Parts: sequence; structure tokens; C-alpha cells
Amino acid sequence: MNSLLLQVCARITSPLQIILSLILLLRGHNEPGGGFIGGLVAAAGIILYGFAFGFHRALCLLPLPPISFIAIGLLLAAFSGIPALLAGQPYLTGLWPNLSIPTFLAGNLKPGTPLFFDLGVYFSVFGTVLLMLETSTKNENSP
Amino acid sequence: MAASLFIVFLASAISPLLVYFLRTRASYFLALVPLSIFVLYLHYLQRLHDGSPLLETIHWIQSFGVHLQFRLDGLALLFLLLIAGIGTLIVLYAGSYLAGHPHLGRFYAILFLFMGAMLGLVASENLIALFVFWELTSLSSYLLVGFDYRKKEARAAALQALLVTFTGGQALLVAFLILASLTDSFSFTQILEKKIQIQQNPSYIILVLLVLTGAFTKSAQTPFHFWLPGAMAAPTPVSAYLHSATMVTAGVFLLARLTPLLGGTHLWAWSLTSFGLLTMLTGSILAIGQTDLKRLLAYTTVAALGTMTMLLGLGTPLAAKAAIAFLLVHSLYKGALFMVAGAVDHETHTRDVRDLGGLIRHMPITAIASGLAALAMCGVPPVLGFISKELIYEAKLEFGQIGWFFAILGVIANALVVAVALIVGIRPFLGFPLHTPKHPHEAPFPLWFGPLILALLGLLFGIVPPLVEQTIIKPAVVAVVGDTIKVKLSLWHGFTPMLVLSFVTLLLGFCFFRMREKFRLARETLTPLRYYGPESLYSCIINHWLPSIASLQTRILQHGYLRYYVLSIIAAAALAVAAGLSRISLPGTWFTWRSFEWWEVLLCAAIFLAGFAAILTSGRITSVVLLGIIGYTISLIFALYGAPDLALTQFLVETLTLILLVLVLYRLPKAKSLSSKASRLRDALLSLAFGFAITLLVLKSLYIPHDTKLPDFFVQNSPIAQGRNVVNVILVDFRALDTLGEITVLGISAVGVWAVLSFIRKKSSSASASQKNSSPASFEQ
Repeated sequence: MNSLLLQVCARITSPLQIILSLILLLRGHNEPGGGFIGGLVAAAGIILYGFAFGFHRALCLLPLPPISFIAIGLLLAAFSGIPALLAGQPYLTGLWPNLSIPTFLAGNLKPGTPLFFDLGVYFSVFGTVLLMLETSTKNENSP
Repeated sequence: MAASLFIVFLASAISPLLVYFLRTRASYFLALVPLSIFVLYLHYLQRLHDGSPLLETIHWIQSFGVHLQFRLDGLALLFLLLIAGIGTLIVLYAGSYLAGHPHLGRFYAILFLFMGAMLGLVASENLIALFVFWELTSLSSYLLVGFDYRKKEARAAALQALLVTFTGGQALLVAFLILASLTDSFSFTQILEKKIQIQQNPSYIILVLLVLTGAFTKSAQTPFHFWLPGAMAAPTPVSAYLHSATMVTAGVFLLARLTPLLGGTHLWAWSLTSFGLLTMLTGSILAIGQTDLKRLLAYTTVAALGTMTMLLGLGTPLAAKAAIAFLLVHSLYKGALFMVAGAVDHETHTRDVRDLGGLIRHMPITAIASGLAALAMCGVPPVLGFISKELIYEAKLEFGQIGWFFAILGVIANALVVAVALIVGIRPFLGFPLHTPKHPHEAPFPLWFGPLILALLGLLFGIVPPLVEQTIIKPAVVAVVGDTIKVKLSLWHGFTPMLVLSFVTLLLGFCFFRMREKFRLARETLTPLRYYGPESLYSCIINHWLPSIASLQTRILQHGYLRYYVLSIIAAAALAVAAGLSRISLPGTWFTWRSFEWWEVLLCAAIFLAGFAAILTSGRITSVVLLGIIGYTISLIFALYGAPDLALTQFLVETLTLILLVLVLYRLPKAKSLSSKASRLRDALLSLAFGFAITLLVLKSLYIPHDTKLPDFFVQNSPIAQGRNVVNVILVDFRALDTLGEITVLGISAVGVWAVLSFIRKKSSSASASQKNSSPASFEQ
């Protein structure tokens, strides 16, 4: 599938999709979006790139293999509940430090523990989709 | 109590590290753990004098009434002291016995796990906590018996012990649930208050049978006695600790604990007495013909457990006193003798009593320990064993004629035990030295220290009974009998029938000892009878019935046809929905037509057309794309009705599913029509039924007045959770634990698919290296 049109498009839209997915993730607490949707959008970006340039190459762009993203995501989500335990509250209770970081696209960002939980969801969904992709496109002939 | 449990479990966790750094010396540090617990509970003994149990509660699962609730009464304290005290000696002993063993750290980890489970078990006040600890002892015993996991017989014995004790554990759980349903409480103290109500309930019989199954499997009562000698495959420290002094007495503990609640009826008395007597005879008769040191001891343990059960069945205060005294005595001498057997094995590399003789010259200290323990086992004055044997006979003789019958059976069994004591504890050390695989030397200090201490304690308690009678035995008896009684132990009772019986026992025992060769021959000729024993029933179940039932149900349920799996899932779902709907009654006007918007008609038409086209098309990818159209249309509906998050998610999931499906389907060969008309008709009917059920469900759910408590709560409280998007706040905050579970499932299923497919790929690529590239071209460039 050697389409110049697709390749040019993918070169532009794939990075945009990743950025968009991060915006969706960060604004998720107040507007439609969130980790699940963000992770799907990000994975879709990688897939689009894969259609244009080959999935193997697309997966090589990632800093880590997909299975590691799943692990990171699950660990992040699981550990985001620990601060609440330390504060003497039930596991996974949201804690919100009195901080507000201005972001230019997703409004003001408050770095509470649910944000890290959402980030964990993002990574594990991202990793899951890409792992399935990797599994179903892996060719015996290619290295 | 909770603190000491925590320390023991902590020791279990860090012991591998400690062994890694300190090697065998770690045992000295680890022995401090049970030692400190032992000292702690010695102090508790003084606080128990007023007789009321000490309670301690840590809330665990409050909504179910399950708590870590501890009850320190006399019975619990006796067991705690035995577990921690003998545990200290065993930890020391194991360090020397398994010195240099590559898995010593693992051994200690499991041993401490067991110790913690046992401590928790005997101190539990809450029945569920008791059950958890009960199963934990079975589990850790399984790991310890199978410690030498490279040996096939060790694995088989471990599995046997596990299955037998777990069977009892399940029965016990059911019994506890019945108790809780009768009394609305899992707390033993509260259940005890409703004793009469329980005993008059018709389910009392079932309750007793279940409890007895639990206790009898754990304490190796006939017909479950066979697992205990098998468990001797464990390293000797384990046999000494679990299978003589502690774990097997857990069943006796349970019976003693529940006697105030369930006891006092004919059913309880007769079943305990008869099974106890039967076990006592079985154990002692099977013991005498053995030649392996550990098996000899194992069968006498069975006999001793039978004696305890029988005494608890008799139910009189005197019998309870005898049972408790005998429990103490037995733990001391049996632990000592097992450790001696291990030391002998360690020094001579043989456990066959026919090869052992004259060891006293090489191992004098071990010989002293062994001799004293054997005297306790025989019941020779002035050892505590003598006092307990007198008590046992006295308790039996209280019952008149039938008591004499029990006593005579007891004399026979005890005489056999005496003979075994002579064979195991005395004979190997006397006579001419025989040639052994290894030239014996005195065992290292930890190997003789434990048995010597235990044996000397037996002697000391015998000479000075007041050391134990008021402090340890009386509170325990009070806990079993339920009210205060007088406990007085003494060596000399005057010329009584009991003294005569004791004397006859010893005499007869000596005769049996002289006849030991005949018993061994008899055992060999009678070996074919094993075929009719309970063990062959066990192996028949494990090797024949279980596999055939398993393969039968696998053939029915796990046939391996994807289409039938889907079929059964859909059929079951449709049935479940239909059954659920039929129970909901709605007012007659639950369904009304209303006018449509033009775009609603358009969307519905799109769904219908795509659906029909998907059915009729023969191309796989076409049908997937058509199904995708349905999904997109539905996400449009979500968007139109004000659920943007849902719409967005549905849209993305639909897209990615489509891509993944296409990537997979692309590799499959062209679709062919293989199914028959009849099966198509069946599928069509099922699909229609399923669709109809779901439609009905959706329609009806619109008209059921639904509870607005939950939505209101979420809307009101989402500002507290610092978010305006309620959907996302529910996902990452209110229901974060659910989400965590969901993403875990998601991740695991992806990893599962990945693992299965890479496995298949590896297999097929190695199987057909020449026929590579049989699949169509991939998307790779």
C-alpha cells in the first residue's frame, strides 16, 4: 500500500492525533474526553501511520514495545491509589493538591491523583490496541 | 495476638533473605521469633486465672461480619504455647538438619507461614477467620510435604494430604455457614450463647457430620488416616512439627473448641467415641508391623489422635482432663521422637530399625533424649506420660461396663504403642552396633537440643505436676468443659484398677515387642488387604473417576468449535433476558407510539439496511464494514441524545475494531458457504429471538421507574471530585476500582491473545519451515 497521498497525510495527521489524544486526556475531567478515549485516539494515530508506512515501522517509532505500555499503564493506575492510603483514606480516593498548571489547549490543569489514574488508563488502552495490532500484523517473514 | 501473627508472617517473608546472607546461622535469629512469642504467652497464662477469655478484635470485612477476632482462653493458650515452643526447637533443628540445602530459605518461609496460620487458627474467635487459617495450614502443609518436589512420591503424598484436608475444609466452611445462618453471627462467643437453639434445630445432624468431616480429615481419623503416613515424605523437621505436634492436632482442637457448643448429645458422643476407638486400634495395629522409623511414629500418631478424639467424645470433665493432659504429653514425646528419628537418619543415613543398633556408644545425648521420650510414650512412672495414661483409664472406667470394654481396647492399643516406643526409642540405641551406610557420630547441638528439652520437660512435669496442672491444663479443661472444675495431677493414686491396667499395658507391650518379627511377617502377608482400604478408594477416585468425569464434561463444554461457543452464549443471554423480563410486570400502557423526527427515521433506516446487507453479503470484509456502519450510526444516536463521551468512545472503538478485524480477516481464505440450510435456519431463529429479547429489554427499561438516587449523587458530588464531566469522574474517581479492574482485564486479554498467537506461530513456523509464506501478502511494504 504505497500511496503518496496517504503518506503525506499520515505524516501530518499522526502527530496531530497524538497531540489531540493528550488534549482529550487532560481535559477529560471537565469536558468530553478522558484516558480511554485519549488512548484510543493515540492508537488510531499510530495505526494510520502504519497504513501509510507499514506497521512494523510504525511500531518501531514507539520508544517501548506495546506490552510495556500496558504494564506502565496498569502500574500507574494501581499506584495512583496509594497516596490516598498513606493519607488514611480508602484506596483510590482522589487527592487534589492545591495546584493549578495552565495548559494552553486543555484549560487549567489540576494534578490530582485521578489524573495519574487516567494517564494509566490512557497507557494501558494504548498498549492494548497496539499489542493486538502487533499480534495480528506480525509476519513470519519480517524480522 | 495480631502483633505476634504479624511478626511470624514477617519472618516468613524475610527468612529467604536472611538465609541468603547468613546461611545456616540464620536459624538462630529466626528461632528468636517463636521463642519471643512463647515467652509472651507464658505471661498471658497468669492473666487467665479468673477464667474469662481475653478477646481482641481487628475489623476486617465489616459488612460481612468477618473480623480478625482473637480469643485467648486456656485451650488456645495451650496450643499457642505448644506451637511456639516446639516451633522454636524445630526452627533450630531444621537449620542444622537442612544445613547447606539450596532451598533452606524457602523452607523457612513456608514453615513460618504454617506457624502463623496455626497460631491464628487456635486463637481465632471468628469462624471465617478460623476457616481461612485452617485452609492456610493445609496449604502450607502441602508445600512442606512436597518440599522435595523432585521426588514423585513426595509430590503424590503432598497432593494426597492437600486433597484430603481440603475436602474436610470445604465441609467445615459449610458447617460454619450453617452456624452463621442459624445465629446471625460468625463470632464464637455469640454463637455459644445460642447453643440450645442450635442443638434443637433439625440441621444439627448435618452440622455435626460436616464438622466431623473437617476435623477427622485434618486429624487423620479412620477412614482418612492414610494421608498421614504418606505425609512422612516431608523433611523430618516438618514431620516432627506438623504431623505430630501441631497441625494434626488442629482437628482435635476444633473438636475441643466446639464441644461446649455441639457436645452433650448422643450423636456427638457416640460418633467421636466410636471413630476415636476405631482410629486408635487402626493406628496402633498398622504401626507395629512397620520398619521405617518415621512410619512407625506416624501410625502411632494416628492412634494417639484417635485416643484424643475418643476422650473428647466421652465428654466428662475427667475425660476432658485426660484428653488435654494426653495432648500435652503426646506433643512433647512425639516431637522429641521424630526429631530423634531425624537425627539418627542424619547420622546413619538409614531409618530402617532392622539396621540400627548400639547407637548409644556414638550418640549418647540423643540416646538419653530418645529413652526419656520413649518412657513417656510407654507411660512409665515418673514421667508425665504415666499420669496421663492413668487419667485415660480412669476416665474410661467411669462408664461402668462399657467403660471396661473401652479400657480393654485401650490396653491393647496402648500395649502396641508401648512396643513401638521400644522399637523406635530404645532398641536402636542398645545391643550390638550394626553396620550402617554412614558411620554414626553424635549429632550436632541443634539436633539433640530439641528432643532433649522436650523429653526433660516430660520428666519434669511428671515429677512436679503442679508446674502444669493449674497453669496450663486447668484453663484448657475449663475452656472445653465450660465450667470450673478441680484439676489435680499426681503420680501415685494408691492401688487402683488404673494402676493394674497400666501395669498390664506395659507387660503386654513388652511381649508385643518381643514378637515384633511376627508382626512384620503378618503385615507382609496381609499387604494385599490394602486393596480394600480407603487409600485405594482415594487413588481410584483420583486416577480413574476424576479424569473420566473431567474428560466427559470437557467434551461437552469445551468442544473447541467457536460457532457453538457463540451459539451457546447468545442462547443463554437470550434466555436470561427473557427470564428476567417475565418477572417484571408493567402497567398496560407501557408502550406508546409517538411521532418521529425525520433524522431518526433516517438513522433507523441506515441501521436496518446495513444489517440486512451484512446478512446477505458473502464477503467477510464487506460484512464487517456493514456492521461498522451500524456502529457508527449508533454513535451518532448517542451524540444526538446528549452523550458525547459515549458517542466518542463508540466511534473510536468501532473504528479500531474495524481495522483490527480487517487486518485479521484479510489473511483468511475466501469465504465459502459450508453450513446447511437447517443450521442457517437455526441460527436465524436464535438471532431473531436474541434481538427480540434485547429490544424488549430496552423498551421496558425505559418505562421502569428508575431510582434517581445514584445519578443525583454523582451529579451533586462531582464538583467535590474536581470535575464537571460526570462520566469521567465516575470512571476515574467514584468507580476507580472498577476501572482498574477493567483495564487489567483488557491488558491481560491482549497479552493472552499475543501469547497464544505467538505460540501458534512459533509452532507452525518450526513445523513447516519449508511451507513459509502460505498466508496472503501482508500489509508490510
